Amino acid sequence: METNTNIPQNENTQTSQKIKMECKNVDLFYDKFQALKNVNIEITENRIMSFIGPSGCGKSTLLRSLNRMNDLVEGCTITGEIHLDGQNIYSPQTDVNNLRKRVGMVFQKPNPFPMSVFDNVAYGPRTHGVHNRSELNNIVEKSLRNAAIWDELKDRLHKNALGLSGGQQQRLCIARALAVEPDVLLMDEATSALDPLSTSKIEDLVIELKKNYTICMVTHNMQQALRISDDTAFFLLGEIIEIGKTKELFTTPKDKRTENYITGRFG
Amino acid sequence: MKSYKEQIWQTLFLIAACASIAAVALICIFLFTNGSKAIGEIGLWKFLTGTTWRPGNDIYGILPMIVGSILVTFGAIVVGVPVGVLAAVFMAKFCPKSIHRFLKPLISLLAGIPSVVFGFFGLSLLVPLMGDLTGSNGKNILTASILLGMMILPTIIEVSESSMRAVPESYYEGARALGATHERTTYTVMLPAARSGVMAGIVLGIGRAIGETLAVIWVAGNQPRMPKGLLKGIRTLTANIVLEMGYAADLHRDALIATGVVLFVFILIINLTFSAIKRRMQV
Ligand SMILES: Nc1ncnc2c1ncn2[C@@H]1O[C@H](COP(=O)(O)OP(=O)(O)OP(=O)(O)O)[C@@H](O)[C@H]1O
Ligand SMILES: [Mg+2]
Repeated sequence: METNTNIPQNENTQTSQKIKMECKNVDLFYDKFQALKNVNIEITENRIMSFIGPSGCGKSTLLRSLNRMNDLVEGCTITGEIHLDGQNIYSPQTDVNNLRKRVGMVFQKPNPFPMSVFDNVAYGPRTHGVHNRSELNNIVEKSLRNAAIWDELKDRLHKNALGLSGGQQQRLCIARALAVEPDVLLMDEATSALDPLSTSKIEDLVIELKKNYTICMVTHNMQQALRISDDTAFFLLGEIIEIGKTKELFTTPKDKRTENYITGRFG
Repeated sequence: MKSYKEQIWQTLFLIAACASIAAVALICIFLFTNGSKAIGEIGLWKFLTGTTWRPGNDIYGILPMIVGSILVTFGAIVVGVPVGVLAAVFMAKFCPKSIHRFLKPLISLLAGIPSVVFGFFGLSLLVPLMGDLTGSNGKNILTASILLGMMILPTIIEVSESSMRAVPESYYEGARALGATHERTTYTVMLPAARSGVMAGIVLGIGRAIGETLAVIWVAGNQPRMPKGLLKGIRTLTANIVLEMGYAADLHRDALIATGVVLFVFILIINLTFSAIKRRMQV
């Protein structure tokens, strides 16, 4: 019973046009293998950008470049510039941990830490120096509320997070990411491991979150991209083939390859 | 219907399982039947809490040896666990591959060194050193603790390292993505996530320390009396058995077997405690 009733919401987001993140001529190599080829992209504040494309085309790679998680991959080199609020995040002056505080990430597979719900959400704030108990209590409650999971978890804050269902775990991970108050939230196929009900909860949540955050997500689900994203970039073999407003890209694709992909005649 | 082949295999497995159960059962029967004779004659309470061990006068109190085993094992934990766990963290999370390739076999080698060699090392190096430092003969609780601490290191390092490596990489990425440093992630996420494995390593280490005999005999002094300080000599339960079994007869011999019973119960308690801790941590 998937419906497209959410589409109109995509239209009311013309308020802010500030460019939050921008990639300029980004090339990325895993050793000798080039995974991204001259990627240029602008991510606008308070909008949802989705990356689509066949498996292995570099969507996760680009997403992980936006908060420099690729630094953790041995042999990964990147050239070009990626800007956050006009500052190049790959410049030598960048404090990577501070960058990751501002650009949060939710992974494909829910990865709560094996500790209590509370400690999971409080992990980020504690990392960045918040130790006052009542302050932490406030942050944890606010983050869980923002992730639409407070009511389900308020009585189990001190239970181990691994005991939650997959959908709950993923929303907990979103709460954990929100607790450090990032500006940008990156989501890599965050709903692909979840049932339809959990998925639709998270989709509603993401639409709600864009009021305060800029969101960038990878999805294999065309319906999902169409339902919740404002802009879409279509990738093929490390290149951006087409990028534009989601509705336009899906209704009147300019490139034949985009059309083939979204109509399912591809990969 | 099971096939002919399958049945043969099943029988074989059953026999193997029965053999190991039989071994445990036989040891238990031997220990408890012989040990209970002495305990009956001496009296359980007197045997366990008596502070004098004088087989010549038929006085058999093993409290000094119980205290000795506990002190020495505890000392080995104090020495070996912090070093071992930190070494494991280093090996799993900080050590460059080139050094690891070199370090890993060294640790395995340490694990394979026979305890007689450790004892020899203790006797010819640690004991004189301790003697110089303290102005005594150098055979005391501290020396034994340090030596045992070294002996349990490889067990703790190997088990802890492999459990650190078994922690899913997704936890690591999750913490790094929140802006935590490598160090913070390692100590606040990865190490706690590996704690049941680390605990298992510590149990194995404790088991080895409390059961160790030869190395301890050479460096602990072996005086069967209540220790008055860390720099005093001591005798462990294992040493008590080994030192006197050669010439013991009658009640003396049975009292030594009863000492073995106490040791057996100790190890049982340690195993049960830690499996309880482990079970609770998995919930
Ligand atoms: N750590 C790595 N080392 C070497 N090559 C990698 C690494 N990670 C990804 N690649 C390669 O880079 C290319 C892009 O991978 P990426 O994970 O970005 O694809 P994706 O678009 O996210 O695919 P999927 O939809 O399957 O998640 C792939 O060819 C992949 O094999
Ligand atoms: Mg991917």
